[in-house]
Amino acid sequence: MKPAPFDYVAARSVEHAVELLAGGTDAKVIAGGQSLMPVLNMRLGRPELVVDIGRLDVLNHVRISDSGALLVGATATQAQVLAHPDVNRGWPLLATAVANIGHPQIRNRGTICGSLAHNDPAAELPATAIVLDATLRIQSSRRIRTVPAEQMFVGPFMTALTPDELLVEAEFPPPPAGAGWSFREFATRPGDFATVGVAVQLVRRDGVVADARLVLFGVGGSAARVHSAEEALTGSSPSRVEDQVRAQLKAELDPADDVHASAGLRRDLAEKLTIDAIAEAWARCA
Amino acid sequence: MADGNSSRFFGRSLARVEDDRLLRGQGCFVDDLDIPNVVDIAFVRSPYAHARILSIDVTAARTMPGVVAVYDGASVVDRIKPLTNSEELRVPEGIAALNPVVKIQPAPILAVDEVNYVGQPIAMIVAETRYLAEDALEVIEVEYETLPAVFDMEAALEPDAPLALQGEADNIGVYVRHSIGDVAAGIAAAAAVVEETFATQRYVAAPIETRGMVAQSDPFTGGLMVWSTTQTPHRVRDHVAESIGLSVDEVRVQSVDVGGGFGQKGILVVEELLVPFAAHDMGRAVRWIADRHENLTADAHAREQVHHITLAADADGYLLAVKDRIVVNLGCRNMVGLVVPYNALCHLIGPYKVRNVDLEATGVLTNTTFTSPYRGAGRPEATFAMERAMDRLAAKLRMEPAELRERNLIRPDEMPYRTGLLDRRGLPQEFDSGDYPEMLSRAVDMIGLSEFRQKQELARHEGRHLGVGFALYLEMTGLGPFEGARVEVMPSGRVRLYTGAPSQGQGHRTVFAQLLADALGVNLTNIDVVAGDTASIPYGVGTIASRALVTAGNAINQAGGLLKQRILTHAAEFLEAEVADMQLEGGRISVKGTPAVELSLAELIRIVPKLAGGSGSDGLSETSYFQPPNYATASGLHATIVEVDPATGRLDILDYVVVHEAGRIVNPMIADAQVVGGVGQGIGGALSEHMQYDDQGQPITSTFMDYLIPVSSMVPDIRLDEIVCPSPTNQLGVKGLGEGGAVGPPAALANAVEDALQPFDAIVRSGPLSPSRIRDLVRDPNHS
Amino acid sequence: MSFRGSEGQIHPTTPPLSEPSGWHDISLTVNGEPVSAQVESRLLLTDFLRHRLRLTGTHVGCEQGSCGACSVLLDGVAVRSCLTLAVQANGRDLRTVEGLAGPDEPLTALQQAFHEQHGMQCGFCTPGFLMSLAGLAEHGGTPSSDELDEHLAGNFCRCTGYVNIRKAARQAFGLPGPEEASRG
Repeated sequence: MKPAPFDYVAARSVEHAVELLAGGTDAKVIAGGQSLMPVLNMRLGRPELVVDIGRLDVLNHVRISDSGALLVGATATQAQVLAHPDVNRGWPLLATAVANIGHPQIRNRGTICGSLAHNDPAAELPATAIVLDATLRIQSSRRIRTVPAEQMFVGPFMTALTPDELLVEAEFPPPPAGAGWSFREFATRPGDFATVGVAVQLVRRDGVVADARLVLFGVGGSAARVHSAEEALTGSSPSRVEDQVRAQLKAELDPADDVHASAGLRRDLAEKLTIDAIAEAWARCA
Repeated sequence: MADGNSSRFFGRSLARVEDDRLLRGQGCFVDDLDIPNVVDIAFVRSPYAHARILSIDVTAARTMPGVVAVYDGASVVDRIKPLTNSEELRVPEGIAALNPVVKIQPAPILAVDEVNYVGQPIAMIVAETRYLAEDALEVIEVEYETLPAVFDMEAALEPDAPLALQGEADNIGVYVRHSIGDVAAGIAAAAAVVEETFATQRYVAAPIETRGMVAQSDPFTGGLMVWSTTQTPHRVRDHVAESIGLSVDEVRVQSVDVGGGFGQKGILVVEELLVPFAAHDMGRAVRWIADRHENLTADAHAREQVHHITLAADADGYLLAVKDRIVVNLGCRNMVGLVVPYNALCHLIGPYKVRNVDLEATGVLTNTTFTSPYRGAGRPEATFAMERAMDRLAAKLRMEPAELRERNLIRPDEMPYRTGLLDRRGLPQEFDSGDYPEMLSRAVDMIGLSEFRQKQELARHEGRHLGVGFALYLEMTGLGPFEGARVEVMPSGRVRLYTGAPSQGQGHRTVFAQLLADALGVNLTNIDVVAGDTASIPYGVGTIASRALVTAGNAINQAGGLLKQRILTHAAEFLEAEVADMQLEGGRISVKGTPAVELSLAELIRIVPKLAGGSGSDGLSETSYFQPPNYATASGLHATIVEVDPATGRLDILDYVVVHEAGRIVNPMIADAQVVGGVGQGIGGALSEHMQYDDQGQPITSTFMDYLIPVSSMVPDIRLDEIVCPSPTNQLGVKGLGEGGAVGPPAALANAVEDALQPFDAIVRSGPLSPSRIRDLVRDPNHS
Repeated sequence: MSFRGSEGQIHPTTPPLSEPSGWHDISLTVNGEPVSAQVESRLLLTDFLRHRLRLTGTHVGCEQGSCGACSVLLDGVAVRSCLTLAVQANGRDLRTVEGLAGPDEPLTALQQAFHEQHGMQCGFCTPGFLMSLAGLAEHGGTPSSDELDEHLAGNFCRCTGYVNIRKAARQAFGLPGPEEASRG
C-alpha cells in the first residue's frame, strides 16, 4: 500500500501554509501525519498537494496564556502535551485523554490539533475539546477566526474547517475552580480507538451540580454533548438522577453495529461509563 | 547418535545462534535482498465476490509511468498451468476406501472469465517501483457482470444455493464419513446425551512478514532463482518448474529468513507461480511482497468450521458414543483437500476412549478467500467442539468437568492405543505414547481446582464472575512421507548441514546443530545449518504440520551417524588403526588410548582426496532420509482461570497453565517458547481475531486496526509444566510441538467463560469471546 | 545499492526516473552519518531507509501504523517510519536498528537481553521492539512497569506470545522479571 502521487511543500511560515491551501489545488495539511498517513497509504485520500506545517516552530508551543488558558500550537505533539507539567496540574482531563491515545510511538508524532482537524468519531481529543470548552484558532489567507469546539465537529471526519483553512492553535480555558472531571474509555484491545468513551466535567455548588458537561464518543456520529443528561444532572446530586441520566442516554444514543462491537454493547458501555464517570467527577469536585 | 551417553547438546537450553544477525538488523528476509534493477509487482484483484468478467482493458496501464509489463488472464492462460496443490489433494489408499469426495478444482493463474472471491488476481503489473505499479492498477478497466454468491457455508449446502464456482454440480469440495461401532446403540443406552452446535470463526494466520518472493532468471546457467517466504521450498520448486515448463533442475528455490509462517506460507498460491514466470518471461529480476491488505483479504484464511456434535454417556460419565457432523468453509475452491477436514475428524475424540463413533466432514465452497491449514490445522476447531461438549456433558451430569475427563482418558498402560479409526495416511490410528491422567492431575493441581471452587463461590457472593476451564488435546505430529539431511565436512573443517525443512522462527539453526553435534561428536559452533535451499538437497517436504523436528531431526541424526562412520573409516586408514578403535569427540579424531595421535576434521578433509580410498568413495559427505513409521503423538492440557465483567463484556485471564508432552526435548528454552507462542496466537483467536465479510462478500476486517491480533497486555505470563513420554516411533524419541500451543486456548477460555457465566445459564457456542459476544451471552443465554 | 563517496557522504541508490510526483533534496543524519538524497514527495521513510539506503533492518509489517515493525528513532523518539514521509525527515536525526551496536561492537544491553531471554523467534518484528524500547531508554531513568507495558503494547509480535519479550525488556531496564515460567 503506497500513497498515490502528490506534491509536497514544506511551509516556511503560517502565511505560506495558508497561501498554499488557498491555491486552488486539493491540498491536505500534514503535521505529525498519524491520522493522514494511513489514509494516504491506503489510497483512501488522494490530495494533489500535501502542505507540511511540521517545520513551523512558531506553532510548536504548549504554554499558558496571560488569561491562564492552555495554548497548544498546531505542531505540538501529544507527547509534548503529556510531558508538560502545567497540563497535568491544570488540565488533568486533557492529560488523561491524551494518555489514552494510541501508543507512545504514535503520541511522539501525533499532534493535538491534527487529531482535532481529522475528527475520527472514536478519537479522544474532539470529545475532550468539547468538554473543556476549548476554542480553536483557525487561519486562512482570508481571515483569522475562532470556533468554539462545540461548533467544530460537524460529523464523522468532518469539521467546520474549510479547505483553505488551517487550525493553528487550540485554546483550553482553565477549568472552573473546583470542577470535578472524569475521562473513561473502553477498547477491546489496549491502545486502539475507543469502542465507547466519555468525558465529564462537573461543577458543584451547595451540594448539587451547578454545571455539567458530558460528552460521549464512539457511539455514532461525531463526539457530542448529551444536553438532556446534562440538564437532568444540573441542580441535583448525581446519585439522585442516575435513572434519568440512563433514560436520556437510552433515548439519545443510536450507535450502529460494526466489526468491533454491537450497537447493544455500545449502548451498555455508554451507560456504564457515563454513570461511573459522573460518580468519579462528582467525587473529584472540590 | 544422540543417546544418554554421548548427548552433550541434546536437552540443553542453548541460546540461539540465529539471534545476533537479527538483533543487529542484519537479517536477510526476502524484501531485504539487494537485487540490481529489480522491478516490483502489484496485482489487480477482484472487487466482487462472484462475477463474470466481460472484458479487461490493460492498454492504459501499459502506458503508465514506470510500467514494465502487464499480464492478464488471456496472456498467461496458455503459458502457465493452473495451480493444484497436488500433495495436499492426494487421497491415501486407506482413506479412499471410505469413498470420500475430493474435487480437483485447479486455481486459474489469473482469472479469465469468472472471479469467485474478493481479492482474486485478475492482472499482474510489473513496474519500476511498487508505487508506480499501484498507480497503474487504477487505470486497468474490467467490466463485470455480477453472479449470485453465497458466503455462509451452511447456506451453501442448501439445495437451491447459488453455486460458488460456476460449472460445479454443487458447493461440496470434499466429503468424508468415518464410523466405527454402533452409535445409535450407544445413544440409546445413554443416561445423558448432549447435542450441540459449536462453531469456530474465520481466522487469518497473519505472520508479521507477509508472503513474498523475488525471482531472477540467471543468464549464466539459464536457470531460475527464486527467493521465497515459503515453508515448503521443494514444493514451490516443483510447481514452478512444472507450471512454466522448466525442468526441476533449472529452478532453485531458497527460503531466506522468514518472518513467521504458521501455515499461511505452507501452501502454494497462484502469485507464487506468476512471479517466477514474470522473471523467466522478461529475463529480469522481479519482486512481489504482499501488503497487509493483500495478506488479510487475498491470502489464505483458516479455521471456519461448524460442528453439530452429540455426546452420549452413562450415568457415571463414561462416553458411549460420539457423533459429529463437521462443516468446513473451504472458501472459493478446494485448495487443500482433506487436510483440514480430516485432521479435524481424526483428532476430534482426542485422548478419550469411545468405541462408537460416527464422524462426517464436509468441505464447502463459498465466495470467500481460499483457506489453508493454520497452526493446528483442524485441531483447534475439533478441540473447541469436543471440549465444549465435554463441559456441557459435565453440566448435565452435575460433575466436575475435570472428573468427567479423568474417567474417559486413555491410560498409559493402554499405549500404544488404537482408536479403531484411520489416521491421515489411511492406516489404523495408533497413539504411540503419552500419559494423559498424569497431565490432567498436574494441571488440576497447578490451577488449584478445589481452592478455586471455594474462591469462585465467595466471589459470586461479591458479584464477581470467575471461571475455570480445561482443554485437553492431542496432536499426531511428524507428518511424512519423509525429510532428508545432507551433512558434509567443509574444507575449513566446519560441518555443514542441509535439509529441506526451513525455519520461520523455530530456531532450526540451533536445534538442528545440537542434534548433529551430538551425532557427529563436534562442537555446536562448528556447524552451519542451511535449511530450505533446493540446490543443496534434491528432495524435501518442508516445515509444516509439527513435523520438522521429528522428520528432519531424525534424518540429521541418521546422516550424522553415517558421516561419523565415514570420517572414522578414512581416519583409520590414514592413521593405520582399526576403525573400532577410532573416536571423534569435540571435532578431534583420535585413537582410543593414544590421545597424542589426533587429527582435526580440517586435516582429514585435506587428506581424503589423496587417500587411495579402499571403497573408492572420496569426500566427507552423507545424505539420509527419514520416513516416519507412524505419527509421534504429542498432547497438551490447558487450564485457565478468568474473570468476566458482565457489565462490559471484559474478560481478564487471571491464570493460564499448560502441561504439555512432546517426547524428548532437544532445547527446552526453544520448546517452551514454541508452546507459549502458540498459546499467544490461540488467545488472540479465542478473544479477538475474526475475519469478517459483509453481506456482499466484502472483507471488512482488512487492516490490523480491524483484524485484532493480540498485543502484549492481552497475553498473560503462562505457567508451564511438562511430562516426557519418549516416542517409540523414532530413534531420538522426539515429537512435534510447533502447533500444540495454539490448539487449546479457544476451548479452555470458552469453558472458563461459560463456567464464570454459569449464573446466567450461558452456553458459549462460538468465538471470539469479544466484549460484544460476552454481553450477548449475559443478555441472551441462547445466543450463538 | 548505496556506496560511500570520496567525501565520506553516503550516496543512496538512484530513485526511479518515472516518478510523477515532485522531487525534493533532503539532507539528514542517519545513524550518525550525514546523508543527502533526492526523494519523491510520496516516498515513505520506511522505503527510503530500506531500498535507497539499504538499511533493511527496519521492517514493514502493515503500513497502517499498527504493528510497529518499522519503528525508528526520529530526533531521539520512537516513531513509525511507515507513517512518515522521507521528505519529512529532512534535517532530522534518524537512528535505526543498525545504529544500536556497530558491526564490531558487542550487542547493547537491550539486544543482549532479547538474546538471553529468547525474546524473539523469527526476528522480523524484533528491530521494531528494540527501537521502541531504545526510545524509552533515551528518556533516561527506569520506566515503571506500566510505562514499559504501554510501550510494548505498541508493537506486534506473532511468534513469541510476548512473554519472553517482557522478560527481555524488564531485564534490559533492570525491572524485576515476571514470575518465572516454571518447568516441572
